Amino acid sequence: MDLSFTADEAAFRDECRAWLEANVPRGLPSGDTREGFARHLEWERALFDARWAVVSWPEEHGGRDASPMEWLIFEEEYYRAGGPQRVTQNGIFLLAPTVFAFGTREQQDRILPRMAAAEDLWCQGWSEPDAGSDLAGITSRAARDDGAGGWRLSGQKTWTTRGAFCTHLFGLFRSDPDAERHRGLTYFLVPLDVPGVTVRGFGRLDGDEGFAEVFFDDVFVPDADVLGEVHQGWRVAMATTSSERGLTLRSPGRFMAAAARLVDLWRERGDADDASARDDVIRAWIDAEAYRWQTFLTVTRMTDGEDLGAESSLTKVFWSELDVRLHETALQLLGTAAERDESGWMKGFQFALSGPIYAGTNEIQRNVIAERVLGLPRA
Amino acid sequence: MRFAFTEDQVAFRDAVRDVLAKECTPATVRAAWAGGGSEDAWAALGAMGVLGVLAPEAAGGLGLTAVDLVLLLEESGFAALPEPLVEHGCVAIPLLDGPEPELLDGSVRVTAPFHHDTVVPYADHADWFLCFDAGAIRLVPRAAVELEPLESVDGARRLARVRAPDDAGAVVADGSAVKQAFERGAFGTAAQLVGLARRMIEMTVEYAKGRRQFGVPIGSFQAVKHHLADARIALEFARPLVYRAAWSLTRGDADASTHVSMAKSTASDAAVLAARRALQCHGAIGYSYEYDLHLFMKRTWALAAAWGDAAWHRDRVGRAIL
Repeated sequence: MDLSFTADEAAFRDECRAWLEANVPRGLPSGDTREGFARHLEWERALFDARWAVVSWPEEHGGRDASPMEWLIFEEEYYRAGGPQRVTQNGIFLLAPTVFAFGTREQQDRILPRMAAAEDLWCQGWSEPDAGSDLAGITSRAARDDGAGGWRLSGQKTWTTRGAFCTHLFGLFRSDPDAERHRGLTYFLVPLDVPGVTVRGFGRLDGDEGFAEVFFDDVFVPDADVLGEVHQGWRVAMATTSSERGLTLRSPGRFMAAAARLVDLWRERGDADDASARDDVIRAWIDAEAYRWQTFLTVTRMTDGEDLGAESSLTKVFWSELDVRLHETALQLLGTAAERDESGWMKGFQFALSGPIYAGTNEIQRNVIAERVLGLPRA
Repeated sequence: MRFAFTEDQVAFRDAVRDVLAKECTPATVRAAWAGGGSEDAWAALGAMGVLGVLAPEAAGGLGLTAVDLVLLLEESGFAALPEPLVEHGCVAIPLLDGPEPELLDGSVRVTAPFHHDTVVPYADHADWFLCFDAGAIRLVPRAAVELEPLESVDGARRLARVRAPDDAGAVVADGSAVKQAFERGAFGTAAQLVGLARRMIEMTVEYAKGRRQFGVPIGSFQAVKHHLADARIALEFARPLVYRAAWSLTRGDADASTHVSMAKSTASDAAVLAARRALQCHGAIGYSYEYDLHLFMKRTWALAAAWGDAAWHRDRVGRAIL
């Protein structure tokens, strides 16, 4: 055990900090609106040009070959400097690990550099009107077209984050209607500008057009855009879920920065006699620290080659519920000022409320923990 | 940054786990309620060097650190060891300049009050007592103290109030060493609470797999699963803070007391939650005195409050960060 950062790690942190402090944009509008998204893309491209967009990727694809620990350091510095949520996240954090694991060399070379550069913008096409938590219940179909050398997609995806602003979708489609639910799915990569695709944005809880439904009407996808093996989409997709639930999508840096802002808010507005609110602030701070140290423990295990499997579900429940509590505490400190939301906490609160729902609801995660971490029997 | 234990540390933990599985069964804990000793367990820990982990090698100790000790303390919590391992091995030993061999080999026991109190656990079998007085800690022999036995919710703890004359024994710590001793006590107790949480979760998972109602194991019901998942999550996020506190104490980190407080508050809460969920998932059998769960629950309640409860430690964190 050595909980001090190495000289290299400290130097990496200094380099991140210096660049981010000088370059992080202030006061960007929400990335979940059309105007805001465009502004965020400028920022994403500035990150890429300075090789900070995907630090953990290999250099040949625009990264820095950063270790997982360095990646965590980058994230801490990114959010500490006030960096906005990454509008490219569903590509770089969810799809990319799957492309690295299952993509052909040709796919990697074609997809990853444009993704890193925020030229191609990826959204996730998993949920359907009748398949949310029960992801294996999807009914959108992929029919074989041997003559054209590919597949024809039909059906509907929905609650697709930033789907109205993205250029590409990665999604699961039922390629073998006769197979058992989890089998017979195939993972496809689809440009959203091809004939037969219709995208309609719609408002999330906070009113921003952060959601979309995507309709597929006999959309042709060539074999080159199948990721992993045909009919193996479930297995391929599960590699992405563990990234999504685990540390890549929501690294501790984000919650440490939020806890630090909460402490600032307490200093500014807190009532020293309100022991209950004070305790809530301290609790949020400690929980953010707990997430940070649990992540260091986890990353060390990953570096040692351990497979964490279902343990990412522990993490997902913890950070998502921490985020809600943290924002609730801020709203309590703000009192009636929370309604006017000059500080953005109310907006953040509404976003935090999505955490226990997306990436597999926390009810599903608790089932996973019980069955696959604790070993309780399936229903 | 490397947050992992060494192979040696894990092997030491496994050895202690095996010994305690044999020498400190629930029957041993029950016997302690009746005033019985767990001599074999204490002697075995002495023989393995556990009591002298923090003592210098020159004095016959292992010359190791809180990082080496933390997993062993966790195991003693898992077993609900009815012995003053925290008070003796974690609080007292580092105060002594070259402790006598008998303090390391398991022949004698030192106990200590938690948090500047005069109430000590495991009093009836103790040979030496740490007494906090006027900013100093004195080491007082059994012959010089008066003990008034007290009730404990956890009968295995065998509490007593200690009275000693002002000049009894020798001063073994003053100034910052007193504060350090407190930090080690709170840290060691946090480690035991993590072990207790793990034990109660394990017991309950086993029970929920075997107990059938409505024709199926109760562990297949989502309500039961979610209770246990919550306890497992709390354990998952308490443990790293306890290990990190071990590191900070070892390094003499300037913020070590804040790190100890994060560890103790989180571990107290995690173990109390695990106890609550374990009882609920067991149902009436867990509420039965003959069943072993209460041995672990009651230790949890005692230790959650000892050396500063969760609220006390969160307040201390607040004073550092707000």
